[in-house]
Amino acid sequence: MSCHTPTALADAPDDVQLPELIGPNGKPVKQAVKLKTIALIGPPNCGKSTLFNRLTGLRQKTANYPGVTVDHHSGRMKAIGRPDLTLIDLPGIYSLATYSEDARVAVDVLTGKMPGVPKPDVVLLVLDATHMNRQLMLAAPVFSIGLPTLVLLNMADQLESRGGKLDTLALAKELGHPVALISAAEGTNLDVIPDFLLRAGAKLDDGLRPVQLPILQSAASCRSWASQVTQRSAYQSPQASLWSRRLDSVLLDRVWGPLIFLAVVFAVFQVVFTLGQPLSDGLGDLLTKLGAQVAQLLPDNWLRALLRDGLWNGVQSVLVFLPQILLLFLFIGVLEDSGYLARAALIADRLMRAIGLNGKAFIPLLSAYACAVPAIMATRTIENKRERLATILIAPFMTCSARLPIYTLIIAAFIPNHMFLGGLLGLRAMVMLGLYVIGFLAALVTARLLNSRVMKASNAPFILELPQYRWPTPRSLALRLYDRAKLFLKKAGTIILACTFLVWLLSVLPVHRVYDVAGLSGSRVQFADLTTSVIGHIGHFIEPVIRPLGFNWKIGIGLLSSIVAREVIVGTLGTLYGVDPTTHAVGLQTALRHDMTLGGAVALVVFFAFAMQCTSTLAVVRRETNSWKWPAIQFAYMTVVAYTAALVTNIVVSHIFG
Amino acid sequence: MSKTALSDAKVGSHGVVDNVDLPQDVSHYIAHLGFLPGAEVEVLRRAPAGDPRVYRIDGVEVGLRNETARHIFMTVLEDAPSEEEVVA
Repeated sequence: MSCHTPTALADAPDDVQLPELIGPNGKPVKQAVKLKTIALIGPPNCGKSTLFNRLTGLRQKTANYPGVTVDHHSGRMKAIGRPDLTLIDLPGIYSLATYSEDARVAVDVLTGKMPGVPKPDVVLLVLDATHMNRQLMLAAPVFSIGLPTLVLLNMADQLESRGGKLDTLALAKELGHPVALISAAEGTNLDVIPDFLLRAGAKLDDGLRPVQLPILQSAASCRSWASQVTQRSAYQSPQASLWSRRLDSVLLDRVWGPLIFLAVVFAVFQVVFTLGQPLSDGLGDLLTKLGAQVAQLLPDNWLRALLRDGLWNGVQSVLVFLPQILLLFLFIGVLEDSGYLARAALIADRLMRAIGLNGKAFIPLLSAYACAVPAIMATRTIENKRERLATILIAPFMTCSARLPIYTLIIAAFIPNHMFLGGLLGLRAMVMLGLYVIGFLAALVTARLLNSRVMKASNAPFILELPQYRWPTPRSLALRLYDRAKLFLKKAGTIILACTFLVWLLSVLPVHRVYDVAGLSGSRVQFADLTTSVIGHIGHFIEPVIRPLGFNWKIGIGLLSSIVAREVIVGTLGTLYGVDPTTHAVGLQTALRHDMTLGGAVALVVFFAFAMQCTSTLAVVRRETNSWKWPAIQFAYMTVVAYTAALVTNIVVSHIFG
Repeated sequence: MSKTALSDAKVGSHGVVDNVDLPQDVSHYIAHLGFLPGAEVEVLRRAPAGDPRVYRIDGVEVGLRNETARHIFMTVLEDAPSEEEVVA
């Protein structure tokens, strides 16, 4: 599923009624310069994107680990009544020296070197108030750029609750720039931002004088400057969160750590089935009834056939998977927002090293379980170019949520609902987990091959910051699910609808005119039979290629259509079996059960585990590697692996169960 | 007081970073993550596989592979507490 959120820059009014600003002499002050662009900058995981979302009302992805934002995103500052201003959210940086692709983006935008992005007029420097000594190291190089800068000390709530203190007035004097404590997560004290922007626009003197900056090229010099500044502003760093440490001593324990990790993963699949399947079935019944009701209102002609058999059947068969997909994303949201993901990366580093990658590659790979597109973007945080390319190439093997519909469809149709261990382990969830595992194994083997054949070594170290654990807020989880549902429905209403329409059209063409027996009362249009239709011809033409895998021609058409996007196969099959008079009245699951062997069915999901059927992924790989070479190799390689694996699966399963 | 590589220090030991013996680009990069001479460092725990280990450096928890930690040296100010204390 493509999850790339487009940068929304709606046309905004040029003239905005700004509140009146009263100067020190008691008279209103006019805006002296017209501000246009504001940049958000700060170290990784200090809450820039959370603040961006607060100020613009947009929804950039946020989570509790460093490196969530890897590109620049712009939005109008509508939520604070300044739609005339564009706010740019940037990836986190530690210094202006750049080691990774995402940091280069941030520095280029900040210094006005990014083509197509205007140089910012004002900078909002966001720092995590709980680690001021470290975070202030970035302040010096940012100040040196010479733009009006407001220093926002984020996570003020955590600073206070863990006994930290700070004199913001003293700090502002030490820095020569205005300072404010805020909490982006809770939305407190954000008024300082519009206020500062008014003053910056009016070039109002804030009474702060420039200060002597340390030697910017020297980290040691910046660090001791930071200590001096925090000391003079009476900074007391907060206590390390005790429960965060206690949690880690369990979650990173030698024995419990990996066990809990596996239990968490398995729980996800179990819940997707035991809770998701009934919800999905219920939704399916509802949609079928709705379709039947609406169809009754229509006259019995080609329009009804198009709407019911062509479009509704196809789109509906994809829509029913919404509950499962939302459950999956709920779990991913909890793992990401809590801070557990960074621990998982630490646990997996050893395994990653065995295949020539590092634990940092694990975070993009985990996020590829949602969708490979943002995962491939997220590889920008990997400093090591060689490991970055390897991660891009293996990411599509991770089981993305677009595979969920065909997996659940086939499993529900062919795998009996046996339970083991008193209902704790279900056979269906185990088969599903197996599919995830083979995808992961394919990624490991491929990485190993790449490592020994293609890549050269480099010495960028693996360093992973572990954020404090945080409770995921219901608001953030709800927003994630809402956005995900919107994306899914949008896809069902566009790509999937278009594909099912095309499949339906080709399944009724060519139409021919049928004359009545006597030829007296005129003629009527009759659709082609499925087998004599255009799609029937295409299907039978490709059938010899896929027959060894245990697929019939309808599955073949499904595979062809799924090159656009994986979910499309379900829509296509829904349409094809819906048009076919013999399976017209039964559900898609039943139709498949009667039309496929077990060997073919298992081979189909195995094919999907390995094949690269996603145009959005191919496009993003081309963009990130800057050549058609890698996506072409990737597509060919994955298709060959998928075909071979499906062939072997069909033979083995048919042999055992046939 | 003794000087030792971060990777050799016992879990639970406290100290300050002494020097970083890595190629210049790498040491410059990790300096911005707090690995600077004089920075406070504590060996917090090991990942389940024993490597990487987690350090508290300059107030922030960071996971670092032993292959890198081997080249960073610390002066141990306080040795690891005994087993019972760690458990408590």
